[in-house]
Amino acid sequence: MDSELRELYQQVILDHNKSPKNYRIIEHPSHYCDGHNPLCGDTINIYLSIEEGIVKDISFQGSGCAISKASASIMSSIVKGKTIEEVKSIFEKFKDMVTGKLDVDLESMGKLAVLAGVKEFPSRVKCASLAWHTLINAIDKKQDAVSTE
Amino acid sequence: MESNIINEKIFDVEKIRNDFPILHQLVHKKPLCYLDNAASTQKPKIVIDSINDFYSTTNSNIHRGVHFLSEKATQKYENTRTTVKNFINAKSEKEIIFTSGTTASINLVAQSFGKKYVNEDDEIIVTYMEHHSNIVPWQILCEEKNVNLRVLPINNNGELILEKFNELITERTKLISVVHVSNSLGTINPIEEIIKIAHQNNIPVLVDAAQSIQHTSIDVQKLDCDFLAYSGHKIYGPTGVGVLFGKEKLLDEMPPFMGGGDMIAKVTFDETTYNELPYKFEAGTGNIAGVIGLGAAIDYVKSIGLENIHKHENQLLEIATQKVSEIKGLKIIGTAKEKTSVLSFIVENIHPHDIGTFMDFEGVAIRTGHHCTQPVMDFFKIPATSRASFSFYNSLEDIDQFIIALKKTIEALS
Repeated sequence: MDSELRELYQQVILDHNKSPKNYRIIEHPSHYCDGHNPLCGDTINIYLSIEEGIVKDISFQGSGCAISKASASIMSSIVKGKTIEEVKSIFEKFKDMVTGKLDVDLESMGKLAVLAGVKEFPSRVKCASLAWHTLINAIDKKQDAVSTE
Repeated sequence: MESNIINEKIFDVEKIRNDFPILHQLVHKKPLCYLDNAASTQKPKIVIDSINDFYSTTNSNIHRGVHFLSEKATQKYENTRTTVKNFINAKSEKEIIFTSGTTASINLVAQSFGKKYVNEDDEIIVTYMEHHSNIVPWQILCEEKNVNLRVLPINNNGELILEKFNELITERTKLISVVHVSNSLGTINPIEEIIKIAHQNNIPVLVDAAQSIQHTSIDVQKLDCDFLAYSGHKIYGPTGVGVLFGKEKLLDEMPPFMGGGDMIAKVTFDETTYNELPYKFEAGTGNIAGVIGLGAAIDYVKSIGLENIHKHENQLLEIATQKVSEIKGLKIIGTAKEKTSVLSFIVENIHPHDIGTFMDFEGVAIRTGHHCTQPVMDFFKIPATSRASFSFYNSLEDIDQFIIALKKTIEALS
């Protein structure tokens, strides 16, 4: 397999795609938002339970490509237990990483570093960021569904 | 290999491929296998040369110019109108309007015909398999004028349920706008029958020929369609140019769509009178080089022959269909009896977008997504499909490369 392609579709991503973490519904979420990517028809529903500014629980459901599903799965495991400020700061770093804007220190990105390969695929950046945009909108309680277009 | 031999007898693909400079390149170190023809077709050298030649030798604004270049440019532009007229057998050049593409052509009819003939509580009929470009212009009209859009349903093979057609037609139906060939399913719709039924009820019909004009010969007089729309870039011509055919009587009665230069007879601040057909609908300087390129593309297609094209593409579809059918977990979306060379499919547990990226690294260009037909995706309860669409310049080697790449992709993603 080509190295760029292998970098994008690492085994970790394929594993998350097959058995995503937190892939369920939270019955009475404090925060919720739908997101969709009109380009490929990906959809995601994010459920949150936020107490005193801390993400106590997060879950998601939806349909999407391996990149979008793995990104949502990794995101869900990372943001649990974090404060809203921390979540937003991770999102900013994540955005920079996948768009290749800054030379992000991959070691500081932890589990998210597996998505760094996305920056070589401009058409797939939206797949990787859909879950994050939806999460931020859910936190900010924006009523409109998120669209990456 | 027997089919290979039969195929080569009908068609010399290698010779044809030499007419298309873009096909001879490596993509991710693999020979390019271009199977995204339903989205846009590649351009033969003769088309590229015609555009280059226009800008190198003839470039000037058309109509009303008295100098040499303007007259020459006008002549080339108007000659293409005759080429287009002959290609679809329209009665007169007055019935051929150059637009920027199918979308612009449909919008023109929706706005202009809509303004004149469609009123509150009237109805427009489209089908479930329309491209968004034959849905949204009507929805805009519906919102403006409080009109209802009614939709002819499809069955699980992706064919229109024609029996429902009579139920949909009422005395309030003002227009039927129907796609000739579905871009996401490949279905060839029985437009002859649709037009017949519509005309029995005195309802005009617009045919969206964006996906049929490059595969099958169309005779607008024989069909008796009232409008026909298509794009240049799907028939081996440039992007940004398209055609609207309309029956002269209808076009004559319709108000202008856009105002501007060239579409007028006389302008004063008190009153403006409009130019005659087809110029009434061609405001502003059009895509002159594009129109000339379209003319070259039509001449090229005619030289290959639509019948030969149809035969070869059908054979590619048949072979590809049979080969993908053997792949476990793969389901073809769009299994109509009458199809053009479009092969849409889904693979169990693998998202089309992932398939598209993997295939790209094998040099294979396919399209993945909803193909601007979200209602079709909703009908099949899927978010998207992978779509391979074949042209006459595709060879049996392309099919092999496609199948090998697809199997490799599925293995890597399973």
